[in-house]
Amino acid sequence: MTPGLRVISPGMQTTIQDLGRIGYQRFGVPVSGALDTVALRAANALAGNSSDAAALEALYQGPVLEVLAESIRVAVVGIGAGLEIAGEPARRVPALRSVRLERGARVRVLVGSGALGAVLAVEGGIAIEPVLGSRATYVRAAIGGLDGRPLAAGDTLSVRQERAGDTADIMLATLDLPVAREVRVVLGPQDDYFTPEAIADFLGTTWRVSAQADRMGLRLEGPRLAHAKGYNIVSDGIAPGAIQVPGNGQPIVLLADRQTSGGYPKIATVASADLPALGRVLPGAEISFRAIDVETAEAARCALESELAALPSACIPVGAEIRPPDTARLLESNLVSGVVDAAADDW
Amino acid sequence: MIRFLQSGDTSLVIEFSTEMDRKIARQVLELFRRVERAGIAGIVETVPTFRSLMVHYDPTKATRRSLVPQLEALLEGLEVAEGSGRVWHLPACYEGELAPDLDDVAQRTSLTPDEVVAQHSAETYLVYMVGFLPGFPYMGDLPQHLQLPRREEPRLRVPMGSVAIATAMTGVYTFESPGGWHLIGRTPVRIFDLRRQPAALFEPGDEVCFVPISRAEFDAQERAAAAGTLTLRPLEAAP
Repeated sequence: MTPGLRVISPGMQTTIQDLGRIGYQRFGVPVSGALDTVALRAANALAGNSSDAAALEALYQGPVLEVLAESIRVAVVGIGAGLEIAGEPARRVPALRSVRLERGARVRVLVGSGALGAVLAVEGGIAIEPVLGSRATYVRAAIGGLDGRPLAAGDTLSVRQERAGDTADIMLATLDLPVAREVRVVLGPQDDYFTPEAIADFLGTTWRVSAQADRMGLRLEGPRLAHAKGYNIVSDGIAPGAIQVPGNGQPIVLLADRQTSGGYPKIATVASADLPALGRVLPGAEISFRAIDVETAEAARCALESELAALPSACIPVGAEIRPPDTARLLESNLVSGVVDAAADDW
Repeated sequence: MIRFLQSGDTSLVIEFSTEMDRKIARQVLELFRRVERAGIAGIVETVPTFRSLMVHYDPTKATRRSLVPQLEALLEGLEVAEGSGRVWHLPACYEGELAPDLDDVAQRTSLTPDEVVAQHSAETYLVYMVGFLPGFPYMGDLPQHLQLPRREEPRLRVPMGSVAIATAMTGVYTFESPGGWHLIGRTPVRIFDLRRQPAALFEPGDEVCFVPISRAEFDAQERAAAAGTLTLRPLEAAP
């Protein structure tokens, strides 16, 4: 039997994601990939993987998985996230560390309350064939991942190794995972399709993220932005983080599953360094925008990339931090009751 | 006048026009080919559209400042590209439930349904760009007489393979999806099929004409397409 993880319950919307499908946008294929690429890269670093390995992105509520291998090493990253390992008593492993799970172990991926999602990486990566160069799932066209769809109960996710590597478990002492509040944008490419008042409103408003938020984009609610030259343009390309404004004057921030081209004017584009934080935003949240120039945005991205490049070397052995192991275990056990949710009966 | 627009710190747009026409589309295609050949460091991928080329770049490897002069150099002496040289004869059934808007289109254009079909299938269309859905070809130009605005009420579910028209364009829905175009037929051919290499049948610069088929032919070809045994090959364009 191939080693893997069996899906006992799939969670709300759990998909296989990586850093995205590059090179097929001219054929109309969206990039997709993890909404929170910082969480993905941190989880992969903790699992000893390269940064583009395929991992699970769990939104709203995490899956329950059972280990079908001698042992598997995993790591979870997300705000307030963790792993709950079934047993008497159940054991909680916090985010930002790797943990070795033995055959038959059942684990629940915990998404922090007030957080959109969490990423679970598996040592060696999830072993599925890439489609058009990527393992990322794009559900609308059933491309990539597990048959192009979210996980379902009874699925088995193959992993590459029959047993976890002999290395010690590692952890990150800290990782900054801010939720977007003030988002930096570069105005354009079609800011000239809006009145000066509309630009001022766009930058001066605290927007509410509507309930219609998904991997494709965040719809925002606020004052109606006035178009100066109509709201139809001849379709052109769409960048990650592009903010399009259709006829109703309510902006839509386009995220991982965005279409490759579109016919609405785009008032501004989110600085790429701020996209992971937008990928953590829940419906109902409030965000605002601040304009910066392109050079500042490019520099911000370079700064973020050098922090991310340092992640693997920032991982330290678990236990190296100053804390007696017994106390640590007690602390973990005490945390369990606070995070177990009502779905706990599917153990 | 060609403009360089910025879309954040990972994309720039070389805009040839705000309007759509064949000459502009072929210039975009020529620039696309030049950029692909040039292999400029830091460019991740490029996407040709009706009237602009979008250049996606990695800001840790290149900046707007470094890219613009290199792209400007590629605009020197830009000619109108030849097409890809590929012409496709795409079978389509314009009958009954496969053509739910045909009567409506006929009424609005003061033609008979047969005349709509005859006009739609008489034209050779240019694939301007691929977008909206994986593999969805935006083709034009539709005969003036068939040009209608989009439907006022978009459908929530347009079936895969639907042959559709709106404004000066005709297209094929490559997946079931919401859509606001008028549905006048359906092709059994899978325009985007991951079992095939490359998955997308058409690329910008291709030419396509529709060949009417009967319902019986459609059903037979649809079965073959589902099984992955329906193969469509391009003809060579006349020199």
